[in-house]
Amino acid sequence: MILSFMILLPVVAALVVATLPGADAERAGRARVVALATTLVEFALGIWLWTQFDQTTAAFQFTENLPLFAPFLNWSLGIDGIALMLIELSVFLMPLCILASWVAVKKRVPEYMAAFLLMESLMIGTFAARDMFLFYLFFEGGLIPMFLIIGIWGGARRIYASYKFFLYTLLGSVLMLVAMLWMVNFAGSADIGVLSRTDFPKEAQFWLFLAFFASFAVKMPMWPVHTWLPDAHVEAPTAGSVILAGVLLKLGGYGFIRFSLPMFPDASAQLIWLVFGLSMVAVVYTSLVALVQQDMKKLIAYSSVAHMAFVTGGLFALNTQGIEGAMVMMLSHGLVSGALFLCVGVIYDRLHTREIGRYGGLADTMPKYALVLLFFTMASVGLPATSGFVAEFLVLLGMYQTSTWATFVLTTGIILGAAYMLWLYARVAYGKAAGDDTRAMPDLSPREIAILVPIILATLWMGIYPKSFQAPMKPAIAEVVARLEGRELATVPTDMTLSPALPAIAAPAHAAESHH
Amino acid sequence: MHPIFTSIAIAGPETVLTLGSLAALMLGTFSAKGKALTVTSLFAVAILALAGFTLLDAPAGMTRAFDGLYVADDFSAFLKVIILAASAASVLLALPWLHESGAGRFEYPVLLLLATLGMTIMVSANDLLTLYVGLELAALPSYVLAAFHRQDDRSAEAGLKYFVLGALASGILLYGVTLIYGFSGSTQLDVIAGVVSGQTERSIGLLFGIVFILSGLAFKVSAVPFHMWTPDVYEGAPTPVAAFFSAAPKAAALGLLARVLVVAFPGKIAADWQQILIFIAIASMVLGAVAAVAQTNIKRLLAYSSIANIGFALVGLTPGTPAGISALLFYVTVYVAMTLGSFLVVLQLRRPDGSPVETMADFAGLSKTQPKLAAALAIFMFSHAGIPPLLGFWPKFAVFQAAIASGLIALALIGFVASVIAAFYYLRLIKIMYFDEPAVPLATEGRSVNGAMIAACALFCSPIGMLAISPLVAATARAAAALFPA
Repeated sequence: MILSFMILLPVVAALVVATLPGADAERAGRARVVALATTLVEFALGIWLWTQFDQTTAAFQFTENLPLFAPFLNWSLGIDGIALMLIELSVFLMPLCILASWVAVKKRVPEYMAAFLLMESLMIGTFAARDMFLFYLFFEGGLIPMFLIIGIWGGARRIYASYKFFLYTLLGSVLMLVAMLWMVNFAGSADIGVLSRTDFPKEAQFWLFLAFFASFAVKMPMWPVHTWLPDAHVEAPTAGSVILAGVLLKLGGYGFIRFSLPMFPDASAQLIWLVFGLSMVAVVYTSLVALVQQDMKKLIAYSSVAHMAFVTGGLFALNTQGIEGAMVMMLSHGLVSGALFLCVGVIYDRLHTREIGRYGGLADTMPKYALVLLFFTMASVGLPATSGFVAEFLVLLGMYQTSTWATFVLTTGIILGAAYMLWLYARVAYGKAAGDDTRAMPDLSPREIAILVPIILATLWMGIYPKSFQAPMKPAIAEVVARLEGRELATVPTDMTLSPALPAIAAPAHAAESHH
Repeated sequence: MHPIFTSIAIAGPETVLTLGSLAALMLGTFSAKGKALTVTSLFAVAILALAGFTLLDAPAGMTRAFDGLYVADDFSAFLKVIILAASAASVLLALPWLHESGAGRFEYPVLLLLATLGMTIMVSANDLLTLYVGLELAALPSYVLAAFHRQDDRSAEAGLKYFVLGALASGILLYGVTLIYGFSGSTQLDVIAGVVSGQTERSIGLLFGIVFILSGLAFKVSAVPFHMWTPDVYEGAPTPVAAFFSAAPKAAALGLLARVLVVAFPGKIAADWQQILIFIAIASMVLGAVAAVAQTNIKRLLAYSSIANIGFALVGLTPGTPAGISALLFYVTVYVAMTLGSFLVVLQLRRPDGSPVETMADFAGLSKTQPKLAAALAIFMFSHAGIPPLLGFWPKFAVFQAAIASGLIALALIGFVASVIAAFYYLRLIKIMYFDEPAVPLATEGRSVNGAMIAACALFCSPIGMLAISPLVAATARAAAALFPA
């Protein structure tokens, strides 16, 4: 019942918020309080969920199954470690988003809070759904509040961005829906657990994989269907960007690991060249694009695309290290890029521009802010002791066993990533202030510190002791890897003449298997 | 008892409607002038409800009447409930407009009752001649209704256009009926089925007959390429009449089409009409979606939307399986609620000078001036667009599920892509309501009856309506099974 409760509570709160009585100012104040209280309760429930979670099994836990909407779909919920960690990320970021919008959002506050609460419910639902169509319902349903958030509270080109976001993702998803209908017709069940153990015919897997790929690649987003992301990010309000980067981008990766890998293992193994190819292009291309951006949010948006390419690379390494690395990368990116968007929001609220050239010298005028920004810049670059390092290291370790070439290209992405992030930091924090208004900006307020410090702590925790985050996921990932074992890999260049033997730190058991 | 009395008893709804419409005519004529419209309308609603009650004690299974010209089964009963409910709503929703526009004559509910009678006959028709009688009985009052606002040129034009093209379609259909009679020797659906399944070679004459019948019926459901009248008639006809056209007659014609094709032409010949349906369905879905993108008039937009919706519904009919027919019926049910809800919102709004809203620009900033109506319309639009978790997604889901189960994967793919295009213009209305600044503040009509109907439709189309899926699909499955005798 806990999962149902976690899904329904924000919906009820959203209805309450949207129908609050009173004058506008009064309603706004109440809406903020109700939204914050609800998200904090959700966070507490999330923590409780984590403590109660049995980390030794890959089976779905906290399961519920009600044939509420038979014959189309069942209200069938349950989580494994992968879903658990992504739910934790969602409930952790949500109160911070509400706090970040506390004063920045002034128009239609109750509706704004209601949209975010609906978002939270849909995100938890997506990760907790055990029925494939229930998953689709939550997965697609998220489009509606996000469309409204970008369209109503966004920036200048908000309408273009909201349309692009909506139609791009919808087009990808309907192809997936056709595939889902076919699969359920074939397997006779919409239960994700059952489907994950179903062996679909190899030729069918190919098409099914591509249909799911169309949806997840857009959500991810992967090059070349990533173009909606910078637009959506730039025009979304700060909290919208945080949710978009923090959680919505994870839906693609979650989809790959929950559907594509275990349900179409043969096609996944055969098509790694496709995923690796796109990931390699994405890392190099979007990093280069990020280098020349004048808009801070756009820069971070492109860096997100590059980081997501690490996720796809890691997932399709098809071994334990790669997949674990991809999962840690998703969690880490959720924290770090969310925090970076919050940092941009902090100075945007003061100067109302995201243009990098309008800032400068913040290290002198806003020392606390500069420190926080430096921390997250380093986390994004992947400095050891931050979560980014753990993620990138594991991904590269995993990929190295599958394709050294792809690993090589992705590693250059790390260097480029350091380049654009450090340059961004240098332009914003060092040098001279661009104007008097820039110099006059006050440093972080206690509210802003309260938002950013928890993320710093979480990032450090994940960087120094990642085991607490990896342990719940291990059994579930092992199950996925077991499905992939022994599938015939596509021939990708796995060796470079200079490549030394595999380092000893790689878990030897899995290292051998994925070589052919 | 003489067989004719048994037959009349079986045709309970039709009997009630026949007598009721005559009584309503009397009532209207002899009522005080100021009250005639209201009294007749309420009486008509009562008659429609009474007709619905006669369905309650209908015998289970299939019952024939009038020497096999008429059948009463679960299929017809299900559709009759929808038709009667949609007609009752159409009577009620027109009242404010009729009072305001000066066109308020009591014939309006009477004509609606007569059209409804024709529609109930359509869905119970077991003979090509009953079919024709029902169709014409439904069509003739509709022509008058389209031209009901006689002081308005556009209304008169719509009536004339509808009549000319409708008469042409009826003629084509009748020609198809004669061909089928000539090549099969009967007009009764199950007898034709016997002849058709006995044939070893494909009969070209029969095929021609099917093509003509399909053309005539495609006109009635406004499927491409026989859709041209729809936007013009919807735009010209009074808005309550357009609302009526978009709901009950579509349900009746789709039911009729399903019965004719599934009952009379099963087996090998099904592959032939399937090809035609696939074409019609794809053309309707795609054209309905693409052509609507350029519309600025809200009624024309809803007209194209109904064309696209008919395309989706026909996807359910194409496989000709019980699952497909069940999906079709489910689609029709949800579609009727969505379209009536959308028209109700349009009817409820007034420009500051009291004139009805026409263009989409009128809706600018509606979420600020009329938040409740805007929210309801947003639900209808997202539902039309087929975004889960709104109820409008599930009929699409059901028809495509049926299509894929029959191996029609390409059809499903094209349909889903068309639905993405369609989503664009549904989103446009939401964008205008929610993202744009208000131009002129719209007033509401403030009729609580219409408000309540909007709320009911919105609730049904909202995610809460998903709770209705289980009972509804159980009912549609039972109704669909009636067309496939074991």
